[in-house]
Amino acid sequence: MSFMSRPPDGRPKYLVVNADEGEPGTCKDREIMRHDPHKLIEGCLVAGRAMGACAAYIYIRGEFYNEASNLQISIREAYDAGFLGKNACGSGYAFDIYVHRGAGAYICGEETALIESLEGKQGKPRMKPPFPADVGVFGCPTTVNNVETIAVVPTICRRGGPWFASFGRERNSGTKLFCVSGHVNSPCTVEDEMSVPLKELIEKHAGGVIGGWDNLLAIIPGGSSVPLLPKSVCETVLMDFDALVSVQSGLGTAAVIVMNKQTDVVRAIARLIEFYKHESCGQCTPCREGVGWLSKIMNRFVTGNAKPDEIDMIFELSKQIEGHTICALGDAAAWPVQGLIRHFRPELERRMKEHESKKGAARAS
Amino acid sequence: MNSSLYAGLYRRLHTPMVSLRRCISQTASANSAGKQFVHRDSKENNADVKFEFTPENYKRIEAILSMYPDGHKTAAMIPLLDLAQRQHGWLPIAAMHKVAEVLKVPRMRAYEVATFYTMFNREPMGKYHLQICTTTPCWLRDSDSILETIQKKLNIHVGDTTSDKLFTLSEVECLGACVNAPMVQINDDFYEDLTPKDMEEILDELKAGKRPKPGPRSGRFAAEPISGLSTLTTAPTGPGFGVRSDL
Repeated sequence: MSFMSRPPDGRPKYLVVNADEGEPGTCKDREIMRHDPHKLIEGCLVAGRAMGACAAYIYIRGEFYNEASNLQISIREAYDAGFLGKNACGSGYAFDIYVHRGAGAYICGEETALIESLEGKQGKPRMKPPFPADVGVFGCPTTVNNVETIAVVPTICRRGGPWFASFGRERNSGTKLFCVSGHVNSPCTVEDEMSVPLKELIEKHAGGVIGGWDNLLAIIPGGSSVPLLPKSVCETVLMDFDALVSVQSGLGTAAVIVMNKQTDVVRAIARLIEFYKHESCGQCTPCREGVGWLSKIMNRFVTGNAKPDEIDMIFELSKQIEGHTICALGDAAAWPVQGLIRHFRPELERRMKEHESKKGAARAS
Repeated sequence: MNSSLYAGLYRRLHTPMVSLRRCISQTASANSAGKQFVHRDSKENNADVKFEFTPENYKRIEAILSMYPDGHKTAAMIPLLDLAQRQHGWLPIAAMHKVAEVLKVPRMRAYEVATFYTMFNREPMGKYHLQICTTTPCWLRDSDSILETIQKKLNIHVGDTTSDKLFTLSEVECLGACVNAPMVQINDDFYEDLTPKDMEEILDELKAGKRPKPGPRSGRFAAEPISGLSTLTTAPTGPGFGVRSDL
């Protein structure tokens, strides 16, 4: 926020709310927008006033038509009650909130791609610098924030920062909405405090893994873009930023995707890479060509139709994509592959051996 | 000059080029998410077929345009293309021209946006657009059997429309309802927590002309644990609860 408070140069400032919830595993923002939209509206007003913005644009993904309708009705209620408009809450400050629907592109969840899409162009990310706080939507200083971040602002203001910081460990404080999906008995979206142990999160809220905790194979802790964790790590890891980075994963969107031992984990990861291939905007070569190549190789790994040294090749390929792209979709595609190789290399090699022996048997007969 | 030599050269130069182009275009952007990227004129979809917004839609256009500051009305491109698609059922090229005319931008700007985003259907669609999510969280909850159920019941493959023009089936990427997996989106509604039997019931109701009740089919309200609430089990606290002392 502090980037936007430099001396004004006459350009209006904007708050943009990122409600393009496309990350596989994530479905928390839709709960806020359809069932508790006034939290979001109040948050937009408070955050917008704090940064001196004149309007907020809520960019919601096109598939969320009913959620967008609900949100628009709530905004109309807020205008009618005098909370928004030329004289927001009777304070003399003018603030507007608009809902802008997208049209189906995961890449528009990236902040600069979202700004491009909001301006009516293709959702292709921009190079940073210049950062959105300098040159954002319509060329004006912009802050892009997620729905959850903005929706929790009024509660923090009302109950105090120290109260919010009392949840979770130091530097990982507050509450978080976790979406537990996959092979659990009761998939759900819950709000719990940060640094909750992963095992406790799954057993307490999601009814435990299907088949029992010992039937667990792997968990993706933060939405499809972070590397997966094998069962041994899941026993003790805490759900917060530092703990997950220390086990070579990340909190991401806190979308917990649980896979039990009956899962074909290679097929699961290959489907994720296919997702990234479809959603790549096509602007920069490492992502467009590299992720397509990754997808082709991963599809061959599912059947084992590959040689063991291709595992090292795909790892090197993912390292060439990671960090060399305009936006983080390249990293997001590279990390699941790296996680799979790091923890499930024996499984990949087993499939290749099996495929080889089947081929050999077919040749012999 | 020897015209047959030129004809031969022309054939040799052009035929392999076309097949080479087909081989190269396997990358993400040229693929356009499985749909045909380029526009091909057809009887119902060419520049001479007129498209006009209805008067109510012109009022809606005015409301949409008022959302954006002056000089940046091009931001209304996606909402207007969506409005045209809702009016017509799908997005013909004449509608793209109309939107470009309303926004006073070159037609290419509309083409760019219409080909980039997956929700713009540039071919005629059935009355009900069945969009099934097959990304990993839904796949883990057996979206494959839902897809199979639809394919068997309607006797179509992904990308096809039924002969009575009632259903179009698409396989789409994550729809953002992962804890309610497996699910499908039919036009604007989400049908979640599906079993193959639920899917058949939904298709029967649609065929009968009724609108099935959207939402989870398993009996739960939204995204709460189906085994019962594990949080928020007490009555909500009223206004003023826990407010910091200096407010």
